[in-house]
Parts: sequence; structure tokens; C-alpha cells
Amino acid sequence: MPRILTGNRLETGDVLWWHGHCWSTQISDAVEIGAEGEALLAGLIAAERINDPTFIEVTGEPGAFVPTTTRERVRASGPSVRADLARGSLSVEAI
Amino acid sequence: MYRYDQYDQAIVDARVAEFKDQVGRRLRNEITEDQFKPLRLMNGLYLQLHAYMLRVAIPYGTLSGTQMRMLAHIARTYDRDYGHFTTRQNIQYNWIKLEQFSDLLDDLSKVEMHAFQTSGNCIRNISSDQFAGAAADEIADPRPYAELLRQWSTLHPEFSFLPRKFKIAVIASDSDRAAIQLHDIGLQLYRNAAGMLGFRVYVGGGMGRTPIIGKVVREFIPVGQFLSYSEAILRVYNRHGRRDNIYKARIKILVTELGIEEFTRQVEAEWATLEPLGLDAPQAEYDRIIAQFADPAYEIGAPDTIDLSDPDFKLWVDQNVHAHKQPGYAIATISLKPKSGIPGDASSAQMDVIADLADKYAHDEIRVTHSQNLVLAHVKKADLYAMWQALAAADLATPNLDLVTDIIACPGMDYCTLANARSIPIAQKIAAKFENSISEQRDIGELKIKVSGCINGCGHHHAGHIGILGVDKKGEEAYQLLLGGSGAEDASLAKILGPGFDENGIIDAVDKLIAFYRSARSAPTERFLDTYRRLGAAPFKEAVYA
Amino acid sequence: MRDNQDQIAVSGAPSPALDDTPARLRFRDDAPFESPIAPLADFLAGGNFAAVRIEPGEDAHELVPHFDRLKLVEIAFPKFRDGRGYSSAAVLRQAGFTGEIRAAGDVLVDQIGFMRRVGFDSFAPNKPLDPKVVKATLDRYPYVYMKAADGKVPVWALRHG
Repeated sequence: MPRILTGNRLETGDVLWWHGHCWSTQISDAVEIGAEGEALLAGLIAAERINDPTFIEVTGEPGAFVPTTTRERVRASGPSVRADLARGSLSVEAI
Repeated sequence: MYRYDQYDQAIVDARVAEFKDQVGRRLRNEITEDQFKPLRLMNGLYLQLHAYMLRVAIPYGTLSGTQMRMLAHIARTYDRDYGHFTTRQNIQYNWIKLEQFSDLLDDLSKVEMHAFQTSGNCIRNISSDQFAGAAADEIADPRPYAELLRQWSTLHPEFSFLPRKFKIAVIASDSDRAAIQLHDIGLQLYRNAAGMLGFRVYVGGGMGRTPIIGKVVREFIPVGQFLSYSEAILRVYNRHGRRDNIYKARIKILVTELGIEEFTRQVEAEWATLEPLGLDAPQAEYDRIIAQFADPAYEIGAPDTIDLSDPDFKLWVDQNVHAHKQPGYAIATISLKPKSGIPGDASSAQMDVIADLADKYAHDEIRVTHSQNLVLAHVKKADLYAMWQALAAADLATPNLDLVTDIIACPGMDYCTLANARSIPIAQKIAAKFENSISEQRDIGELKIKVSGCINGCGHHHAGHIGILGVDKKGEEAYQLLLGGSGAEDASLAKILGPGFDENGIIDAVDKLIAFYRSARSAPTERFLDTYRRLGAAPFKEAVYA
Repeated sequence: MRDNQDQIAVSGAPSPALDDTPARLRFRDDAPFESPIAPLADFLAGGNFAAVRIEPGEDAHELVPHFDRLKLVEIAFPKFRDGRGYSSAAVLRQAGFTGEIRAAGDVLVDQIGFMRRVGFDSFAPNKPLDPKVVKATLDRYPYVYMKAADGKVPVWALRHG
């Protein structure tokens, strides 16, 4: 199963996904992380600008990755009970 | 209510400046996240699923209209236009940015509010009775003592790195509207046989992974010594509470492991050394604070009847309005559990409406209940109708206090990183079955359903007549069903009924429980909880699982 | 890695090495005491020590009969979130100890204010503290709400004279 990299921006708390060379607030921008991921993660942890960087498992194709856990789907979409606050690239229906 | 003097304000201002400095150092990487996190938590700022979550302290659940307007302003300016009132009488905002937090704290401090010690391993918000100062059954207003505790516990140098969080609740009546037996320290104010005012002190109650009902550590401590006595309890806890296992770190575990006799012996020994040190505030300080909780200027001779000819108004009065100690007055509860709503949430517009109504009709005072509702405690009966109409226009007049749709639900996995399952949709789906028929709800009668999204139990599921606990079952959301809890003076802990359910299963199970209750109750007036206590779990279990 | 907020156990962290060098931060007028610092068990067994180390789980009350021969008590903080050392210091001061009480180990500048209040008057942190931040921290609060070992006048006493 593919994995992607996620975290929260220190300054804002925004949920982020690694887009390859920068971070995005949309899961549709997430890229699959290969073997280079461990070094990337270690660097992020040391730099302490992104809170709780971690890999998560997803299904689907690039541009339409869907996390395998409900928690991460909620995190990607927004509260399931407030569709009006949904983040954009994953709808609350997908939770 | 209590108003800051120059000293209170100076301390808040210093704390805000200190935290701004700490944030600045973190943003410049001068301190690590591991070092910063306890500091951030001590100022009420969590990192949750979507953003930082801020928990603003509402000391013993009491706030003014001006303060409520500021909470509305915070929602509009720094968040997404709403807030959530919690089971410990605080308010939470879910979309806060760290880089704006300094401005937010400045705004709060302008109206004598803050977010200190609403998180972290320290003494948290002191909670109390939402009817304080208005209820006929209280000995005296418990809130001055909550205020004394608040000051004593704020930035206490010895107790800022406890094994775990510490929660204290204070009441002054035999009716327990603050669940004191489910707190780390619970204090009941009363007069002893000699007429002296003092507290019965409960210790070691709590929910979460190991729910326990508190035990009496001291039958009577005079009010003049309750701060030094609390200090003794905290010191025993700080020294001996477990630090090796976060699930066994609350004081309830220490009390259980030592036994109440040995625990009491240690507290009394510690208190013997502390009491002579002059830690207790003098009578003059008690008098100063008590004076700020004096009765409002009641209108003597205000009409003591209510015109109930409007049937919708009558429904609301029947359900949401309680007797006040003063003739001509009433206590009104504003339900934050409207149809299709989110339990405990209020929009900034609704907060402004409530602030205006408090100002106009309720001596400018609002209370938060630990059932995630709000109370206007000093309302003239003659004003209730006009006030109700204004509430109704803002979707704040749902007449469902303590009924099946008045569900307590923690934010759950829609918001919280600790959760295993979502709780709000469960509450909504249960409520949806009954919310279109207030007469059906009233027929069911008092039924307290409480939903927690994880074992930490912020939804107080162990104190629910029906409790629901979200669990993780191989990566899927699942729910356990518990029965028979109560957070009132007849405290009891809800017990698991049988195997767990998925989301549809738990909704269905609650339906079956209610249907069984209606068929088995001895009279329509017998509450669900009392039918359960009379019949035991077996017939309920059969009704659900057969 | 999920943020567990404040839910991480602290005990089991290794203790800081016994520090026989002069403390890096000291708020006393007398000469720093330089001598072996004995673990509590050795001290109580009757060795000729004038300085002792208290670990988080050890009982400071056991030192009370020995104040006359004690110049320094070093209280260990293996992990800054383990707050037992604060009570140890408070217990010693309340029992009348006037010698040096040193906080050693994972001591961070943001705890210095609390530590001074409960009776610590010297600090041997694992990592050096920024003197500017120390000063700002100690000067931060014009008032305190409660009495502690530092003798500062609590607000209720200022209010009522």
C-alpha cells in the first residue's frame, strides 16, 4: 500500500501533506514516499518546524489518495459533522 | 461575580507576557517542542486533528455578558465562528493558529479571562454547581470557595508538574449538580452539628480508564483551613502518585493502592506540618470574595406566576426552568442540543444573543453546565416569556433539558487526536429518532446519555444512565454500551452491558433499551435509571442482545 | 507518531550524573560548597558527608534529623516533567533547612521561577541556561497568589495589610 507523509505546521497547526519538495494543505497534492522517506522524516523531526511528521497508509492513485484510517480521513477532510468546514480535496462523504 | 483587582490583572498580564515570550522562543527554535509542549499545555493550547485547539477557562462556569461577547469575538476573529462548551464548564475553540495566539490572549485578558491551567499536569479549572447563588437547597454560594481555590492553585510552584491532571469540584447542597464524587477532590460545603461552616472532602473519584467513586478523606474541615488541607492532599499526590504509567497516574489510583485509611493518615500527617505555616487566607479575604457573590438586587414583590397559555412556552418552562430561592424569580437553562445540532456548540451570533439576554434579563450572569448547556440563573418570572421568544429566534430554546436528546458528547474523532471513534454523529443519530416529538421525549422522561470517543472519558460515559464508549476495533470505529451510571449525589458507575457494536448497532441498541424501559417501568414516572436499578442489567441485556 | 499531549510517563529516565563541580547558577552569598555528594543511602548509613543527593522517589523527610551536618542537598530531575523534586525542596525548607538546595539535571529555564519559590537556590542544569531568559523569568511576576518557601508576600496579605 502506498504511504504518504503528513504533519502539522508549527505556526498555524495546519494539516499538511508532503508534495515532493514542499508541503500542501490539500491531500490531493500528496506524493507517494519511497525509500528516501526515512531520511526525510529524520530531517523533519530534527528541524522541529513541522509537528508530528509521520507516514500514513493510503489507497488509490496519486491525486486521489484516500487514507486507510477514519482518523486520517477526518484529518484530510474536516469534521464529518461540519461539511461546511471541509478542507477541499477530500469530501466528508469519503470519511 | 468575582471581578479582578489590580493584583489579579497584573498576574494575568504577566502570564500572557511570559507565554508570548515562550512562543517567540519556540518559533525561533530556541527551545525544543518537547520543552515547549508542557508550557503550551499549561496555557490551554492542544494540537488536535485539524489545528490547535484552545481551551479557555471559565472559572467555576460563571461568566458575564461582556465576557461572553469576547468569546464571540474570539470565535469570529481567530476561529471559525463557533465555540464548544465543555463538560468542565470551559469553552474550546478548534481552529486556532499559534502565531495569532498572543493577540488572542491579549483580548481575553482585557475581559479578565485566560486559558491558564486548562491543560497539562496541573490543577485545572475548579468546577461548581450551575445553580449556585440561585438554588434554594444550597447552604451558601459555593463559588467564593471555588475562587479561593482558583487563586491558590494558579501558578502554584510546587504543583505545576504533577503526575497527571487534577480536577476539583465544589458544591454547597445535598443535591450534587457538579459530580463531586467523580473528581480528584470533591468538596461539599455544609454546617456541622455545632453550626460551623466547613467541607466534607472526597478524594480519588474519577472516570477514564479506571472509574472510581471518591471516598471521604475528611468528614469536616472548617472553611478557614480548606486551602492548607488541599495543599496536604496535593503534596501527598505529587510525592507518591505514580509516574511510571500514565494510565495509573491519577490520585484515584494512589488512594486505591494505599487504601483510604493509609491515604488519610498520610494527608493528616502532612497537614499537621502545613497548617501552622499560615498558608490559609485570612477571614478578611474570604469576606472580600464572598461579598462579590452577594445576591443581585432582586425586585421585591415581582410577580410569582408565569402565564403559560402559549403551549410551546409551557413546554420549555416545564422542562428547562427551575425554581429559584427568591420569589418572583426562576433559573432558566439554555439547551445547546438543538435539532440536528452539535452538542455544546454555539455560534458567535448565538453567543452574542445570550450575552444580550443575560444583560437584559439575568443580571448579566451566565453559567456553563457540565452537561454542555448554559444557564441564566436570575430571571424574573415576568421576563421569561420575552426571553424565551428571543432564545427561540436563535435556536436556543429547545425544551429538552435532561431528556433523551440532551446528550453529552465529547468532540470525539471529528476533532480530537486521542479519540478512537466519532461521538458527535452517534449523539446526532440517537437524537434524530426522538427530536421531532417532544411529547415522546417527555414520556421517556429523564434519560442522561453520555458519549465518549475514547477511554479518557471526557463525555463522562461512566456517569451516563446510558453510556457509550468509542473504541478501536482493528482500525474501525466501534462502540461499547454501558448502563446505570450517575454523576449526582447517588453516584454510580455505568457498567458494560455486553459485546460492542458498530455505529448502526449502537443506535439500534439504544432504541431497544428505551423500548424495553418503557415496557418494563413500574409507572411512567419511574426514570430509566431507576428501572435499571430495580430490575438489574439482565433484562436490559436480553432486550438488546436476544 | 501521534501527539499524546501530556500523556507520557516520566519515571525510569536516567538520573543526571552526580555533579561535584560548582553549580552553574547560584543565588547564595556564602561560598559554594565543594565536596563529594553522597547518595541518600550512603549518607544515612553514616558516612562523613555534608552533601547529599535526593532522587525523585526518595523521601526528603529522612534528612530532617541531619540538618546540622548538611550544607547542600542536591535534588535530581532526571526528566523536567517529574515534579517530585519540588515537594522535596518544599519539605526541606518547611522543616527549617537553611543550607543550599540545588536542582540538578533536566532543569529548564521556564521552571526556574517555580523552583526558586519552593526553595531551590542553586541550579546545575544539563544544558546551560541563558542568563537573560533567567532574569526575565525571575522578574516576570510582580505578585504571587500563595505562600511558599521564598517568603514572598501573597496577594491576600497585600490586600488586607
